[in-house]
Amino acid sequence: MRKAILTGVLSAAALAYMAASANASTLDEVKKKGFVQCGVNTGLAGFASPDSKGNWVGFDVDICRAVAAAIFGDGSKVKYTPTTAKERFTALQSGEIDLLSRNTTWTETRDTELGFNFAGVNYYDGQGFMINAKKLSGVTSALQLSGASVCVQTGTTTELNLADYFKANHMEYHPVVFEKLEETLAAYDSGRCDVYTTDQSGLYASRLTLKNPDDHVVLPEIISKEPLGPVVRQGDDQWFDLVKWTLNAMIIAEEDGITQANVEEMKKSDKPEIRRVLGQEQGSKYGADLGVGEDWVVNIVKAVGNYGESFERNLGQGSPLKIKRGLNQLWNKGGILYAPPIR
Amino acid sequence: MASQDTLRAVDTGKVSPLYDPKVRGIFFQGLLFVVLVGFIYWIIGNTVDNLERAHIASGFGFLNRRAGFDVSDALIPFTSDSTIGRSLVVGILNTLLVSVMGIVTASILGFLVGIGRLSTNWLIRKICMVYVEIFRNIPVLLVIFFWYVGVLSVLPQPRQSIHFPLGMFLNSRGFYFPRFVWGEHAWLVGVALVIAIALAVFVKVKATQRQMATGQQFPVLWTSVALIVGLPALAFLLAGLPLSFEVPKLSTFNLNGGVQVKPELLSLYLSLSFYTAAFIAEIVRAGIMGVPHGQSEASYALGLRPGTTLRLVVVPQALRIIIPPLTSQYLNLMKNSSLAVAIGYADLVAIGGTVLNQTGQAIEIVAIWMAVYLGLSLLVSIFMNWFNAKMALVER
Repeated sequence: MRKAILTGVLSAAALAYMAASANASTLDEVKKKGFVQCGVNTGLAGFASPDSKGNWVGFDVDICRAVAAAIFGDGSKVKYTPTTAKERFTALQSGEIDLLSRNTTWTETRDTELGFNFAGVNYYDGQGFMINAKKLSGVTSALQLSGASVCVQTGTTTELNLADYFKANHMEYHPVVFEKLEETLAAYDSGRCDVYTTDQSGLYASRLTLKNPDDHVVLPEIISKEPLGPVVRQGDDQWFDLVKWTLNAMIIAEEDGITQANVEEMKKSDKPEIRRVLGQEQGSKYGADLGVGEDWVVNIVKAVGNYGESFERNLGQGSPLKIKRGLNQLWNKGGILYAPPIR
Repeated sequence: MASQDTLRAVDTGKVSPLYDPKVRGIFFQGLLFVVLVGFIYWIIGNTVDNLERAHIASGFGFLNRRAGFDVSDALIPFTSDSTIGRSLVVGILNTLLVSVMGIVTASILGFLVGIGRLSTNWLIRKICMVYVEIFRNIPVLLVIFFWYVGVLSVLPQPRQSIHFPLGMFLNSRGFYFPRFVWGEHAWLVGVALVIAIALAVFVKVKATQRQMATGQQFPVLWTSVALIVGLPALAFLLAGLPLSFEVPKLSTFNLNGGVQVKPELLSLYLSLSFYTAAFIAEIVRAGIMGVPHGQSEASYALGLRPGTTLRLVVVPQALRIIIPPLTSQYLNLMKNSSLAVAIGYADLVAIGGTVLNQTGQAIEIVAIWMAVYLGLSLLVSIFMNWFNAKMALVER
């Protein structure tokens, strides 16, 4: 009898497991559970942080919301998993999250060996250095940093670029490595390190949370390319496509001048491109091909606005960060943001 | 039913195999074994399947790759060009360093406090009690944060370092002291030290023999101290003072030169020592109280003084009670050292975490972590068991 129970339990567990891993596609699973599980930063102003009411807001959070809007027509159907730099990949690999939108740099190793796909680039960044100008008034260039103690977060491309940069310039440094962003910043703020290094956007965002933000300056050197973007697991092309085209749709919406305010009006536009993008074309099935409704772009824009709106609200002039568009301007306005067409 | 069956079985002298305890035992143990093996096989199979499905590379080949990151406190030479495997060795050595330092300090402090709690002096007794109650009842992670954030991070910046005599400095980057730079003929000092220790051992043996034979005592301690200090000092003078100091000097950002003990190591070491010492103090107190009072009374009756009584009569007996729980505390201390990750000390877990992230080899790294901690713990256990057996009561 006991044997029967034991074998029964075991085979049931095995069956259940195989059923789960027989890979219902991520999109089907998301539709079934009714929300997108999205991995975000533990708290980086402008990119992902909880607001005063406890709602997650930010540029990376908008990607999560846009994907949810494309699927459900409702940008609030997202559950957030705050992840540290170290936890993020395991969380995605293990299936704990469906989508990682956490200022993650697109690298070859991550794309291949770690088993991920990068669904495009939503922020072109580069690594920089921040110092306390009050204490180190003579320092104006990163090349003067030889012998400095540098605070850096573990498990980032930043850590590797840092080693490469100091080695290439024959300078010495003392890395002080922390796992969490908050710990890294606290150590820098308390004077444990002379320098804090991460992506420049992160430097500007973090500076706001320091005790005396005005004492700190970001040095002019940018020492690396950091294309940041949303990440999904490899091997589920449907989900990969959906996330990729959600990001593309936000960029295309900006190109076409579709905004949160005018999207309903735009539906009546007679321009073929806009009609096509907004699902108004006769018999079009762009949405269906992605596994979502035909009004997916409408829903995305309604939920988070177009790329430019999201940028200005979270990072640009509408935010305390006041980051300029720079590289992240549209290709036809001096930036390198370029999305393939929906057609 | 069962009792009737048993009765019948006894009557006939033959038991149905179904009710034979021996057969049943073998059957269920066999069943458990099969299920366990099946379960492990299933788990491993699943892991491999899943890794393949998720397109995640596996294996330990990554250990030979270039690390690409730097580690600031390495006991062996390490640069970003070294291999990942070497970075893990750096981590293991750092774990060992803080564990060994912690174990030594915690033992000394714990013994002092434990004996202090039994002191006849009211003030000493109460101070020791307060110490034990405070450190025993605060989570060790908070003690670490207390030292790191509360004490060490509020120290002045390098340019305003607190200056101690003999070229020692204290600031928010750590504790600095001069490095000894040995010159020519310095080996003579080392040789003198070895000879002095050998002589001291010889004196001790001879003195014991003499005391056994004649009852006369010889001041072994002071003779040994004189030998061990005096001989190397003499050699040092004869060799022409072959020693210079490299004193830390202020550069643009930090103090350079000398030896630097970073605040991460310092706070981890202090917290682990203080925390574990509180437990060791209680173990020591329990051990001493476990020795019957009659033992010390008998010792006093023989005319031994309190210090000698403690050293020769009470402590040797108390050690038998102390050692087994002490082993657990040593193991705890070593495992607690993994909390280093919270303050950025480059121990095995911190470096492993970095590697895990840069390579994505989660399962391999976790396996290495477990194997190393298990191995270290078993080594400590084996040593302590040996020590325990040596100390155990030998009945004649």
